[in-house]
Amino acid sequence: MEIFIIFLSAILVNNFVLSRFLGICPFLGVSKKVETAIGMGVAVTFVMTLASFITYIVYHWMLVPLRITYLYTIAFILVIAALVQFVEMVIQKTSPTLYQALGVYLPLITTNCAVLGVAVINMNEGYNLIKSVINGFGAALGFTLAIVLFAGIRERMEHNNILNAFKGFPIALITAGLMSIAFLGFQGLL
Amino acid sequence: MDITSILYPVISIGGLGVLFGAGLGYASKKFAVEVDERIPQVRDLLPGANCGGCGYAGCDAFAKAVVEEGVDICTCSVNSPEAIEKIAALLGVAAGCSIKKVAQVKCKGTCSNSKNKYEYYGIMDCQDAAATPGGGAKACSYGCLGLGTCKKVCMFDAIRIEDGIAVIDEEKCTGCGNCVEACPKAVIELVPQINQVRVVCNSKDKGKDVKEACSVGCIGCSLCVKTCEYNAIDFKDNLAHIKYDQCTQCMACVQKCPTKVIAGQLELAEL
Repeated sequence: MEIFIIFLSAILVNNFVLSRFLGICPFLGVSKKVETAIGMGVAVTFVMTLASFITYIVYHWMLVPLRITYLYTIAFILVIAALVQFVEMVIQKTSPTLYQALGVYLPLITTNCAVLGVAVINMNEGYNLIKSVINGFGAALGFTLAIVLFAGIRERMEHNNILNAFKGFPIALITAGLMSIAFLGFQGLL
Repeated sequence: MDITSILYPVISIGGLGVLFGAGLGYASKKFAVEVDERIPQVRDLLPGANCGGCGYAGCDAFAKAVVEEGVDICTCSVNSPEAIEKIAALLGVAAGCSIKKVAQVKCKGTCSNSKNKYEYYGIMDCQDAAATPGGGAKACSYGCLGLGTCKKVCMFDAIRIEDGIAVIDEEKCTGCGNCVEACPKAVIELVPQINQVRVVCNSKDKGKDVKEACSVGCIGCSLCVKTCEYNAIDFKDNLAHIKYDQCTQCMACVQKCPTKVIAGQLELAEL
């Protein structure tokens, strides 16, 4: 039951993008088309889930026994950077179209604070291995949900008549703010 | 001090780095993507300005399209003829590009020729000025505002603002089309450079309105259409259009035009 609550809260209540404001860069950058948004979501989901797993192992089996937990930031970034590099290679090999569409945002997952954020949150909350992975997976699904919804809205906005002053990023930021308010409604869920 | 407090971090973090490095090294072999070696070669022969005039994201994307999809090398209007020949030799295709196109400002509404509706003191940018009431200060709503948005986007330093309108330096112009897109008045178009007979007015207003706003506007008298022996002038929206593929540059229309709105070498010779 607790695992389910962690999972649900990571997706909806503590949505990484809209409640914790982590991972805004790809959220705004790769949300012009639903397909690329889904691609980004899948890539981030993969990286975040795996990162939760590996950072747990690194933290509890290496940093804690050696009493060098203060190095967690460096260790986590190392793990994430290597993972992203790996994902980039896999995507370039398996789906050149997706690779093109994601462009510069793929290596940017490295510096996506959502990925480092989930690792640090797992550590601070004292989750065990399963909970960490579930939390990472849930948070990534929440990110995917937010970015796909946002991309859907932005696709529709393309055809709308928007004031010149609001065209492009201003209206995107306003939309993101309104979505964040909407997600506030989930606060009372759990 | 305990030496282990230094040793452990160095060994553990360093070990992680080596481990990941080895893993990635292996993966890069395993997932290596084969790239056509001609793509970087073609890329080196392109201008590298990344102007986007070809319609691709940049010179890299264009080089890829040329090699893999067989896109015409001449789509890049910026490239020099020598480099195009080299690329053609590299790819084993025939070189031979169509005529060079240059940008042309369809407006002669200089400060002395045209009137202003009001004094404009806003942001010195055509796109901002065009969004103000009346679409800018110029009395003619189709004319060049002369605030230099095209000059700003030109990567080849081919545009200057002279006496209130944009002037193209055809020697420097590469025909990339960036200015055409940037102009909020759509007063710039790409024309074949060898065709020197061009209509330098963009006004679709009726003759009387044109006359009130500007002394070098096309008043829509259609004299040029009647004069042309080669059926090379179209008349649409109160404005003459020259069909460049049919024009023989006989200059008959240039001489006939009452407001001197068709430019030709004849007029240049007079100046």
